[in-house]
Amino acid sequence: MTRYSVFSLVRNALSYHENWQRAWRSPEPKPEYDAVIVGGGGHGLGTAYYLAREFGINNVAVIEKGWLGGGNTGRNTTIVRSNYLWDESAGLYEHALKLWEGLSQELNFNIMFSQRGVMNLAHNLHDLRELNRRVHAIRLNGIDSEILNAQQVKTEAPILNVSPDSRYPIMGASMQRRGGTARHDAVAWGYARAADARGVDIIQQCEVTGLTVRNGRIEGVETTRGRIKAKTVGVVVAGHSSVLANMAGFRMPIESNPLQALVSDPIKPVLDCVVMSSAVHVYVSQSDKGEMVIGAGSDAHVSYSQRGGFDIIEGIMGALCELVPMVSRLKLMRQWAGIVDVTPDRSPIIGRTPVEGLFFNCGWGTGGFKATPGSAHVFAATLARDEPHPLAAPFSLDRFRTGHLIDEAGAAAVAH
Amino acid sequence: MFLIECPWCGPRQQTEFHCHGEAHVTRPADPDAISDAEWADYVFNRTNPKGMHYERWVHSHGCRRWFNVARDTVTDRILAVYRMGEKVPKVTP
Repeated sequence: MTRYSVFSLVRNALSYHENWQRAWRSPEPKPEYDAVIVGGGGHGLGTAYYLAREFGINNVAVIEKGWLGGGNTGRNTTIVRSNYLWDESAGLYEHALKLWEGLSQELNFNIMFSQRGVMNLAHNLHDLRELNRRVHAIRLNGIDSEILNAQQVKTEAPILNVSPDSRYPIMGASMQRRGGTARHDAVAWGYARAADARGVDIIQQCEVTGLTVRNGRIEGVETTRGRIKAKTVGVVVAGHSSVLANMAGFRMPIESNPLQALVSDPIKPVLDCVVMSSAVHVYVSQSDKGEMVIGAGSDAHVSYSQRGGFDIIEGIMGALCELVPMVSRLKLMRQWAGIVDVTPDRSPIIGRTPVEGLFFNCGWGTGGFKATPGSAHVFAATLARDEPHPLAAPFSLDRFRTGHLIDEAGAAAVAH
Repeated sequence: MFLIECPWCGPRQQTEFHCHGEAHVTRPADPDAISDAEWADYVFNRTNPKGMHYERWVHSHGCRRWFNVARDTVTDRILAVYRMGEKVPKVTP
């Protein structure tokens, strides 16, 4: 792997940028690997990277049915934060945030991580009390978080309508200044390039059509490019987790829904932090290109269509025009949906399954992007040691049997 | 967004309805007699298929009655609508 640096940039400029090395190879799949990762999104590619870098397991394949980062990794609103209420979640997401902070340097790939701050708005007294409670809980876990009053909110984000007469009056907000955004495609590409450099085979356009299970043990995967043997298989396929579980003969506590997002035409800088409102379920930030990036809600019915309902867009834009009146003058350029895997407690599932050697990392629902490095790291540790990483242990599939749920649905209302 | 044929009101747009998830999930007759794993399967696990899904809808902003829908989760096409208690229709996407 050629290191990217200002010198390599100058050198390649002299040859009109025609001699850049490919960022990763496109190898033919080998008949057998030590570990196979199903799913070439950020979480899957990151898992392969940490397996190779930290646990010395280089004979790894990442199998992707489409293209890298073409699923939810490329369909989210790129928000990164770790202000979760419960200790288990705080541990996991803060682990991720700490890895985000050094990720560009570690991967030698600019993931454009920008700690511009994430604000959660309170629209009534109850919201404000709840945010206060959360801020204190978060700070007790050693994670930065603070409460802003309405005037401070206005100073942070002047485009917000803080009038007490507005439909959604703003009474205050919580703010995590270490939160922010990252370039989502770059996360997939950076992990892919760094994993490939350590010998990981990244196989695109290759769909897993079956999981080979014998006597309760995984033996490999059937794909559209033939059979691949592996004693360890990690499945990181987000919305398709139930489909893969079905191939192995068990059921998951997951339902798949389309979650939508949209971007406006690019405008001059007007917003330098992320604004979220759980009550009206809207989140908005401005990309480096100037587009307003708007996250909407998910449809309530099961769907794999990667298209959301227009009523969701109508609902979100109505609320956003009240919160940020200038938005009514913008045109929306693109709208899309990703299929999110939602669990009953809105917390992920990481670890063992009823099949030995087969591990799942799923259930990230509407908020998986922020966790990418942490999720990948603890999952790699789980695969390498054949036992859950301490931070991943509470997120076992078995918690639905024992009843030890991590109820972020109740803790954070809707936004994650 | 799609049109849903309410068995009582006829075709109406989806925003009048609410989806309440998978249909035909039967509560175990004697919860005390089954294991925690079986109870968890009833409470939490769902089929979540990529293909035919049998699900419950309620016409919230209309007649407020419940019914079942057979829908292809890949295309969102509705292939059958049937009333509560009626036999599950055999449909293929």
